[in-house]
Amino acid sequence: MSLASASLSHAGRPDGALNADALRADARRESRGLLALLSPGLLLVFAVIIVPIGWLFWLSLFDEAGQLSAANYARFFEQASYIKTFVTTFKVAFVVTGACVLLGYPLAYMLSQLPRRAAGVCLIFVILPFWTSVLVRTYAWLVILQRKGLVNTWLIDLGVIGQPLPLANNFAGVVIGMTHIMLPFLVLPLYASMKSIDTDCLRAGMNLGASPAATFRQIFLPLSLPGLASGVVIVFVLCLGFFVTPALMGGGKVIMWAMRMEQTTSLYSNWGAGAALGVVLLGVTLALLGLFQWLLGARATGVWSQR
Amino acid sequence: MLLSLAQTALPIGISGIEKRFGGVSVLHDLGLDVAAGEFLTLLGPSGSGKTTLLMIMAGFVRANAGSIKVDGEEIVTMPPHKRNIGMVFQNYALFPHMNVFHNIAFPLKQRRVSTAETAERVERALDLVQLKGLGERRVDQLSGGQRQRVALARAIVFEPRIVLMDEPLSALDKSLREHMQIELRHLHRRLGMTTVYVTHDQREAITMSDRIAVMNAGRIEQIDQPEVLYAKPQTKFVAGFIGESSFVPVECRNGSVWHEDRKFRMTAAAPSNGRHLMVVRPEKLRVIAGEPAGDVNALPAIVGDVIYQGDSFVCYATLKDGRQVTLRDYCRSDVLAKLPAPGEPITLGIDAQDVVLVADQ
Repeated sequence: MSLASASLSHAGRPDGALNADALRADARRESRGLLALLSPGLLLVFAVIIVPIGWLFWLSLFDEAGQLSAANYARFFEQASYIKTFVTTFKVAFVVTGACVLLGYPLAYMLSQLPRRAAGVCLIFVILPFWTSVLVRTYAWLVILQRKGLVNTWLIDLGVIGQPLPLANNFAGVVIGMTHIMLPFLVLPLYASMKSIDTDCLRAGMNLGASPAATFRQIFLPLSLPGLASGVVIVFVLCLGFFVTPALMGGGKVIMWAMRMEQTTSLYSNWGAGAALGVVLLGVTLALLGLFQWLLGARATGVWSQR
Repeated sequence: MLLSLAQTALPIGISGIEKRFGGVSVLHDLGLDVAAGEFLTLLGPSGSGKTTLLMIMAGFVRANAGSIKVDGEEIVTMPPHKRNIGMVFQNYALFPHMNVFHNIAFPLKQRRVSTAETAERVERALDLVQLKGLGERRVDQLSGGQRQRVALARAIVFEPRIVLMDEPLSALDKSLREHMQIELRHLHRRLGMTTVYVTHDQREAITMSDRIAVMNAGRIEQIDQPEVLYAKPQTKFVAGFIGESSFVPVECRNGSVWHEDRKFRMTAAAPSNGRHLMVVRPEKLRVIAGEPAGDVNALPAIVGDVIYQGDSFVCYATLKDGRQVTLRDYCRSDVLAKLPAPGEPITLGIDAQDVVLVADQ
């Protein structure tokens, strides 16, 4: 009798399933609990990222008289010095990224081919400068590259050149100093991706008739591209907002975006204009990241399988 | 007619191969001849040097000494990309950035085969490994068995002289593995390429090979057809590694073989005087009633455990000297009716023609 009534009561329920309500309530309780655990982190992100960026954006909308206007943004198109700074920033970022790729790819390749212990030692030499202050490293380069620095003195003593080369306080100096600082950011992700390439894939390439050079070109290089791309993105984006090295090594001749921001806010106390510079830099950076993401995500697999 | 490797199958002659890693010697003066079109398996436990030998044949590892000749031509110093040897890797080593078609077309592209012919040959190779229509799939969209087939197609599409396989089925589950064993065997019969196959699975080796070279500690212990290897192992290692074996100590005195106080009859010639081991296969033993007649030898024993396994049963019995032997028989109704009981004294019989002796190391 009890069995029959139990099965009847199930059939009579709207959802008709055993313990469905209790299980649903349990799921709700669990998601509430997870949200509560996340809330300190979310609050922190809101307070130190969302709020200041919103404030920056808000500030950029007011001119010096405190009136709501687009004057701060119009300046980008009207003043030549702004456009020049913008172009310089991208030029430095491109050249430094290019130099990092040229130096970093062979370096990462060598590291990935070395025996484990030797690679460990060499990696320390890559990471060591990483832990040294940027300021210290930049001054060190100034000592090495200036008119009467190490490089010029040696080259003149050896009779290679008659006049000291202009290596500091100009574009070349900025590129040299920044390349040194950016190199680990490219080498480390690239090394990791090269290390994850299956050596049997390279053996298979040679076994199937590809010479060592062809195996490198058709197998190793494409498989290392995702690592190279993430290194390039990191270096490029870091270059766009870099301050210390161009300020010290540029000799006042190479003005980058971040230096312009510093001048605008601390020299001219024009917070609206400074904020607008920040907003544009943020926007350009996000757009670039989005572009890379799209290229990597949608294209990487397809492009290489076409070859 | 493409993919007809029968005409191009070539013999391999390996001699005097030495390999040391650091101070450790891995292969010692190793010699091996593979006939044209033969399916030869290198079988051995891990660390026996079988994969190292394969790597030396493919050219990925440089030997310290020795010679490898393909159809009389020395290839030991030839770079791997010129050897024209197909290889199937243990983890398949498919190129993850290429789809199935481009993976299989890779060796043809290196050989500058025209686009039209490449398409045709890849199509035929896909057909051969039963993957028709999957050319556009990405490698990560394939199952383990399909990857295995792509690796195989890639290794044979350029009609290599020789195909090497390094434990190609070890990553597959049991039923798929058994299916692929049969399929590889068929493929080899059809294409007839000289194949050197590495495995540590003795059942796989027995199923697939024309001949098996059993390797142990960098040496070839014995090389023979599977049935000879099983029936007439020459060393204790081979007897223990291929199939199940119990070993019973015997002594040879002037051409006759003795176990305890019983003289054993054997059809093979008795070996030199001294101590030897008799290799006893579980299925060669049977329970006999009373004294043995004719060419049957008797081993008195006490029944230990009897384990029922559905189609067959296994009986562990202890001899007088405390050694354990194993008996296996199918569960026919007449056998089931008089299954030995634990603790019961029985007499085990073994035919004179089944008595195989190996040196006691």
